Amino acid sequence: MANPTYSIPGTAIAPAAAAPALAPMAAPTTVGEVLAQSQVMAVIDELDRDLVGLVPVKARIRDIAALLVIAKLREQFGMAAAMPSLHMCFSGNPGTGKTTVALRMAQILHRLGYVRKGHVVSVTRDDLVGQYIGHTAPKTKEVLKKAMGGVLFIDEAYYLYRPENERDYGQEAIEILLQVMENQRDDLVVILAGYKDRMDTFFQSNPGMSSRIAHHLDFPDYSAPELLQIADRMLGDGSYRFGDGAREVFDQYLRRRVAQPHFANARSVRNALDRMRLRQASRLFADRDRPLTRDDLSTIETSDILLSRVFDMPAANPQPPSA
Amino acid sequence: MMTNPTGRITQGQFSFLPDLSDAEIALQIAYGLAKGYAWSIEYTDDPHPRNTYWEMFGMPMFDLTDAAGVMLELANCRATFPHHYIRLMAFDSTRNIESIAMSFIVNRPPNEPGFRLVRQEMAGRTMRYTVHSYATNKPEGERY
Repeated sequence: MANPTYSIPGTAIAPAAAAPALAPMAAPTTVGEVLAQSQVMAVIDELDRDLVGLVPVKARIRDIAALLVIAKLREQFGMAAAMPSLHMCFSGNPGTGKTTVALRMAQILHRLGYVRKGHVVSVTRDDLVGQYIGHTAPKTKEVLKKAMGGVLFIDEAYYLYRPENERDYGQEAIEILLQVMENQRDDLVVILAGYKDRMDTFFQSNPGMSSRIAHHLDFPDYSAPELLQIADRMLGDGSYRFGDGAREVFDQYLRRRVAQPHFANARSVRNALDRMRLRQASRLFADRDRPLTRDDLSTIETSDILLSRVFDMPAANPQPPSA
Repeated sequence: MMTNPTGRITQGQFSFLPDLSDAEIALQIAYGLAKGYAWSIEYTDDPHPRNTYWEMFGMPMFDLTDAAGVMLELANCRATFPHHYIRLMAFDSTRNIESIAMSFIVNRPPNEPGFRLVRQEMAGRTMRYTVHSYATNKPEGERY
């Protein structure tokens, strides 16, 4: 864009030579060349590096990327270039990274040239379903038009279908969605996300939806060491760190927290860390006259963690942190 | 004298060129989107030059990133009004501009009869002139 290949008469700027980078684009013949051109490996490596755990998901994403690369190569030889169906379903418990992976997925698909723009439009039921008759179709279509050329991410997709109300407008939204998923396959990729069991019921009652989605990815829960690793990353990103012994105490905290209801994996870790930062702040705040060093300000101490309500409970539940 | 030698009305951009293909239309849309314009679709069967406001086909499309969305709506409009004039308009919302930045016809009726020049004799030797579209002799919806 910066260097035009034309010149305006009377200006001193010579036209840039036709971009030399375009020349080798001609015909990639090896997987390596496709990867080099699309730089998709950079995204996949980043995914490996930035996201803890999620081994089956990463493997699946590699598979999909491989499929797309091979499809690119097949195109060179004029072999059936039918666009593979790329609609996906991400199912897993809360806080297992579904949204984060969807964002990365959009990048990968964009680098490989399967979506033109690579933006993600994230919606829920409210954005698709209208309030009165005749409101749903324009609303759904508007969202679909915004998502064209990118990825439409429908969070908690099962809310679209409400079997208990037969006049629910969600069904209408699903029908429009299905139609576009089928007819505009090269214009947008739809990713549905939600909790595993409810997604399964949703697909049972909407077989058309299930059959149009080629990739079902299950997001497993994180194990305790993985959660700890996630906590380390989150603290590191916020320029905090665990003080002496605090990491071990946080490990114990996690083991107790996992056993309690409403545990939301990485999201719970984030919330726990936010509360610890609060406690650290008020601990430092209490001591008005002490000069605070960089170390003081960035360290989460054992006491900040032990104040948690979670440590009051095990009296009733004498289970040692063995799991 | 031929007042309508090509049998085509010429309004908006590209109207002296042959009809744009869908790929060319998509490129124009992509150009507008890159500039931050919001596209909208309008149709009419009364192409009088002073008929500025055509009927809107759906809402103006804000926040789009890709031309496919506009093309989808254009396909809908063409299916609904195959023999009407359809034009695409790009609205530039930049402060102090806030008006249409691009506008071009993307669909025409197969036969465009053009306009008649109507003369009206006034007092003395004064003449008044007006332009009358042959198509509007028929009622709305049956013109083309």
